Amino acid sequence: MQLSKKRIAGLLSAATCSLLCTPAQARDEWNVDSAVLYYGESDGRIKLVEPVIAARKDLGDDEIVSLKLVFDALTGASANGAVPSTMPQTFTSPSGKSTYTVAANDTPLDPSFHDTRVAYSMNWDKPTDRTHRRNLGFNLSHEYDFTSLGFNGMWQIDSNQKNTTWSYGANLELDAINPVGGAPEPLTDMLAQDKNSGAESRNIVDLLFGVTQIIDRSSLFQVNLSLSQANGYMTDPYKLVSVVDSSSGQPLRYLFENRPDSRMRSSIFAQYRKMMPSKDILTASYRYMTDDWGVKSNTFDLSYRFRLGERYYLQPNVRYYQQSAADFYRYFLVDGEPLPAEVSADYRLGEMDATTVGIKFGEDIDGRHQWSLRLEQYLQSGDSSPPEAFGQLTQQDLYPDVTATIVQFNYSFVF
Amino acid sequence: MKFTLRWLSICCLLALAGCSSLGVKPWERDLLARDDMLMNADALDLAYDEHIYFSKEASSGGQGFAGGGCGCN
Repeated sequence: MQLSKKRIAGLLSAATCSLLCTPAQARDEWNVDSAVLYYGESDGRIKLVEPVIAARKDLGDDEIVSLKLVFDALTGASANGAVPSTMPQTFTSPSGKSTYTVAANDTPLDPSFHDTRVAYSMNWDKPTDRTHRRNLGFNLSHEYDFTSLGFNGMWQIDSNQKNTTWSYGANLELDAINPVGGAPEPLTDMLAQDKNSGAESRNIVDLLFGVTQIIDRSSLFQVNLSLSQANGYMTDPYKLVSVVDSSSGQPLRYLFENRPDSRMRSSIFAQYRKMMPSKDILTASYRYMTDDWGVKSNTFDLSYRFRLGERYYLQPNVRYYQQSAADFYRYFLVDGEPLPAEVSADYRLGEMDATTVGIKFGEDIDGRHQWSLRLEQYLQSGDSSPPEAFGQLTQQDLYPDVTATIVQFNYSFVF
Repeated sequence: MKFTLRWLSICCLLALAGCSSLGVKPWERDLLARDDMLMNADALDLAYDEHIYFSKEASSGGQGFAGGGCGCN
């Protein structure tokens, strides 16, 4: 129940670069890209299967319409935010109708998690004159506890003999959240199950400004600046925070988390792409993001596509990500200490780094049919023994690694 | 906001100062016109990556819009 906007990012990334980004395409033909992704975390955590099909057609005069359909199915267990204990722990499921017990010294995972999602999106890309281009998009994503509706527009202006392209755009997203069992009253005890039955809502406005510059015959560079403002329900209704005894560190009770009801994010993204004399392609990118929750992150991505003859390629890639913790992130709360107004023990808001290593092999069969296979391994690590741990908490892994295997198959064709 | 304005100013200055001396003639675009040289080549890969990293980390967007999403697992 999270993704939704990925496709926005994917489709709109097209709009953030220049006219160069519009693939050559014959009229009266559809270019179809299809793929299926498997994402599986170790230790019985999240597993995802996500097929996608996207099609685009040139309506003439470089006017292109794109459609995309995404389906995904999620299963597995998800960390509920509570700390491990030397004693077994019992939790109420999000529905409030059942319980689950976590063994001593195990990371508390909610095993009841499952979700399916369907998302549609449509984009219309059209030149408005010789140097201007407009891209308008719409997307709808639905899962059983979350619905998202988005509209976006991106405009491009070519200058400097089409060697420089300026892009600017905006995205509006409206979300409705219907948590299973209702939205919990923030910071209340899990056992009380004090929940509101009505839907929660949130809206997000994104602004993006970008420049794409051709450097020479074989390389180009892109810089994007983004600003995002979100208002509304930002809390994860399924996440808990342990309140531990001040001497033993044993969990006494569990509170529902509470996050600020707004978030402003800014980022700068830069990408460089170069074709070598051998026709190999180097791509390097960097992103810096900061927000008013106190999160700062750096992301480095590097890939190199080796050409293996006319038809095949092999592309290793590596990505490194590092983030600081949100101001309100806590591993746990201590009984007797003042309750903060906002608190979350969601590991995704903690200080951590992550590395992805992968390889992709592909073939262009005849210029109209292509396939590729991508394999990746993801490892996320944080501080498992933070200095604030005491009592039994010093024996526990308070930030277990997340490892995941990613397998993706793509097939593209023209008809 | 201050962060964005600062970088926006820097980028505009760099672009104005440097871009006019960069670039190619129209007949030199053969390599840049290839599909694999597009900045959004492998768009489905990018979309999948955004999905995965959005779900596991506190950052999103950059190349495209950040969006919101529920991020509940």
